[in-house]
Amino acid sequence: MEEINLSKNSPSGNLAKRIVPCLDVKDGRTVKGVNFVDLRDAGDPVELAWQYSQQGADELVFLDITATYERRKTMVELVKAVARNVNIPFTIGGGINEIADADILLNSGADKISINSAAVRNPELIDQLAKTFGVQFVVIAVDTRCVGNQNLVHLNGGRIATEHETFKWIKEAESRGAGEILLTSMDHDGTKAGFDCGFLKQVNNQIGIPLIASGGAGNQQHFVDVFKDAGVDAALAASVFHYGEILIPDLKQTLKNNQIEVRL
Amino acid sequence: MIGIIQYGAGNIFSLTAALDRLGIRYGMISHESDFEQYDRYIIPGVGHAGAAMGKLENTGLVPAIRQLKKPVLGVCVGMQLITAFSEEGNAGLLNIVPVKTLRFQEDTSLKVPHTGWNRVYSRETDDLFKGIDQDAYFYFVHSYFIEYNNLYTLASTQYGIEFSAAIRKDNFFGVQFHPEKSGSAGETLLKNFAHL
Repeated sequence: MEEINLSKNSPSGNLAKRIVPCLDVKDGRTVKGVNFVDLRDAGDPVELAWQYSQQGADELVFLDITATYERRKTMVELVKAVARNVNIPFTIGGGINEIADADILLNSGADKISINSAAVRNPELIDQLAKTFGVQFVVIAVDTRCVGNQNLVHLNGGRIATEHETFKWIKEAESRGAGEILLTSMDHDGTKAGFDCGFLKQVNNQIGIPLIASGGAGNQQHFVDVFKDAGVDAALAASVFHYGEILIPDLKQTLKNNQIEVRL
Repeated sequence: MIGIIQYGAGNIFSLTAALDRLGIRYGMISHESDFEQYDRYIIPGVGHAGAAMGKLENTGLVPAIRQLKKPVLGVCVGMQLITAFSEEGNAGLLNIVPVKTLRFQEDTSLKVPHTGWNRVYSRETDDLFKGIDQDAYFYFVHSYFIEYNNLYTLASTQYGIEFSAAIRKDNFFGVQFHPEKSGSAGETLLKNFAHL
């Protein structure tokens, strides 16, 4: 990849780096186990979302993996319940294929929608969504895996490789109207060995829209590294938060101690 | 009771949800005769400022809005609408507050949209920011901003340049951030507005 040296070091004021817990939801219930001590119902995504907002999460991502025909209905109910109860922004993703899906989620209180495979299958969808709802509503989620010496976009949770070179696809998504990129390194996801700072930095330095890093968070230092080394705007994680391995107030304090701008 | 001006620009679910949580009563305004039922007003809005202005004009409510003497709060694009002009669609707007809405420069290395939590420095003690830290974080997501102005800027934020996070002229207020998504600081601001 050609390395263009665009500096992102200019003064972004006090714009805080964002910490983003991600919740997988199926049929209206959270999928992965969560062990907060004071939870009444660990499967209730709304209660979890509220807990995270109280702990200082900056925004939330819900990934709906419902596979039934009831999918749209359960997503809308989830979004409405979250919007009623939570006072921070949130993104909903999973199976959004057309303008009508996005429209109903917007009107139910979603701040952003995340599109993954539907955008790969039909890139024109990005243009349509941006034109209809504004770029600020459109997050393009990209799952990447290293194959040989190439980063390729993958679908279905990293199982299916596409012919899209990841960086080129991200630039295309940006030019079509993505307002933000959620980049998950499938090689790092689940390893707890740290984010893919090298690749994230390359991408971050060459796009003009915010970048959310995902995949590999295992400890607090990994978040320090991804903000310091890669310079990303936000970092997403799931299990380290759900299992209480990293508490968000502690993480924020650690970031602050490392001179990283955070909202405390 | 707050009257929310309905003109079809973006969703208001999150805004009404926040008001519900706070126990602040509200209703919808779609006709000129609706205004008198309320003692304050919110102009919501997301999306394209030029397009939003077109939709607002189509409602026929613009002359009544200009004459309002009770408190008015524009949120995000709703705030931009009370300015004179937006570079988004090169649109003439309500011109209630004579300042301009400009685009963040492409040639800066700052990312656009300006997305996330940024500090809002309230310039003076105004009742809208009562009880809120003078450098509190609020949630922003926007590609266009209102220029800083000595007379009308109520609170400012730094993003490459210093811009108006909040403006005021007489009974007209505007905030660029989303109070309904800005945690407890945003909720305090909404409560303050409800009690102005």
